[in-house]
Amino acid sequence: MKAIYVNEAWCLGCHLCEYMCAFANSGETDMVRALKGPIHPRIRVEDGENDVHFAVNCRHCRDAVCVKGCIAGALRREGNGVVVIDREKCVGCFTCVALCPYGAIMPDGEGKAAQKCALCTDNLAGEPSCAANCPNRAIVFEDRG
Amino acid sequence: MRYVLIGNSTAATFALEGIRAVDREGSVVIVSKEERPAYGRPLISYVLGGKISPERAAYRPADFYERMNAEVLLGDPAIRLDPAAREVHLASGKVLPYDKLLVATGSHPAIPPIKGLETVEKKFTFMTMEDALALGREAAGKRVLVVGAGLIGLKCAEGLTGTAKSITVADLCDRVLPNVLDAPAAAIVRRVAEAHGVSFRLGDGTERFEGNTAYFKSGARTEFDLAVIAAGVRPATELVREAGGATDRGILVNERQETSLPDVYAAGDVCESFDICTKRSRVLAILPNAAMQGDCAGRNMAGGKASFLNAMPVNAVGLFGSHIVTAGAYEGESYTEGEGDRYKRLFYADNALRGFILVNCIEGAGIYTSLLRDGVPLDEVDFERLKHGPSLAAFPRLVRERKLTRRQ
Repeated sequence: MKAIYVNEAWCLGCHLCEYMCAFANSGETDMVRALKGPIHPRIRVEDGENDVHFAVNCRHCRDAVCVKGCIAGALRREGNGVVVIDREKCVGCFTCVALCPYGAIMPDGEGKAAQKCALCTDNLAGEPSCAANCPNRAIVFEDRG
Repeated sequence: MRYVLIGNSTAATFALEGIRAVDREGSVVIVSKEERPAYGRPLISYVLGGKISPERAAYRPADFYERMNAEVLLGDPAIRLDPAAREVHLASGKVLPYDKLLVATGSHPAIPPIKGLETVEKKFTFMTMEDALALGREAAGKRVLVVGAGLIGLKCAEGLTGTAKSITVADLCDRVLPNVLDAPAAAIVRRVAEAHGVSFRLGDGTERFEGNTAYFKSGARTEFDLAVIAAGVRPATELVREAGGATDRGILVNERQETSLPDVYAAGDVCESFDICTKRSRVLAILPNAAMQGDCAGRNMAGGKASFLNAMPVNAVGLFGSHIVTAGAYEGESYTEGEGDRYKRLFYADNALRGFILVNCIEGAGIYTSLLRDGVPLDEVDFERLKHGPSLAAFPRLVRERKLTRRQ
């Protein structure tokens, strides 16, 4: 399946992907309005020592431990391989947060439910917005198996 | 191939999915003592609290059993297992022949032998949706005594706030959630629960009941209208035990989830697993473990080759707006930080993370869990960085690249 992959050698640490993710998932058409106040992106950029930067979002694992751990049956794998969360079913226990080895699922802005990347299949962005807008192609959306 | 699954909660659901990942053809019959399709069992406290409807607690979509081509017999408990004849006998008298059987019967509430318990007019346990609905019908405006300050007792107490007139949680242990929290973390949870109107009587055993009065070892007494007995659980091993299968506290299984009886598998809270953190076989009655065991059992029942080798305790729970994640064993040296309602303690020994307790600082906790599950040597990561917060930046570049540049 096509998924997000990152190349940390090319990541500038600009955090633009976080803003584009928050905008794409805001449901707003106006970027200024979407990004007012603290943002709650589903991708996060880690800034390490020695100018190391890289973005992390859901790996859509074949054997997704978050799906197994979900107490509500809110997390599931779609036929196309994308791991999605039904936020109407999520009760915010955050067992998924306790299990994800990538730190790629997190409480949403209100802290009441979990949120995660669904490769922009759950918004109107089309192609994943983080990859489409990465200025240095450090984030790509492609099929590596 | 005829598959029979006894039980219809997490382990059986994942076993059904595991079977169908391998075998689309064989017949599957699921036997449940409960009257409703699978629901997220821990969600009963949210139903009690009026946060969700019982329908919204459904564990799978309405067409799940049809899509999985499985027959479900609700409200008809299995009462006997005949491994020689390969048959399961149900309470209704129905007899189900099987080629492969899964026992996923979960637990029974443990009822402590407290004197006079039979004189309590209104007493409840808190294991099933029916328990939650029955308690919800009775609790409004009542004084409730919850016996047991573990996960079940506290989630029940949380569900009752707002409707019950008063809630008192009693436990022989001197702190809440004694199985998963240390004293400072327990103090935080107790404080937030108290702020939501819950009273505690901790470190004081419930000695006897006389009708609606509980007498404690200290001599104190509490009047109540309803009592909830939340004093732990015991694995429902009786079917396998009475059929001659090996059991200890739970049913004993190997890494393929096979019991000692031929073609009989077990998964979920009813069976033991080898805990990689304490290095011993024990019952790990947590939902992710049930799912992993169920998946493994189902695949093997259908002829696949699956092993479940990395069982470990991981608990995540929200209580009164606070969020707690714990995992592993609390031994060795520890690193602690915290302020106010935020608390973190990491336990480490012999170059490995052994366990952790996080209260209200849970983001990225799964990275810590992966250090435990994968047994990552601490000298291969930047542990100083990890102490301050979970991050992939603390891993060596090559390890990180494997995680982020390949399909997982």
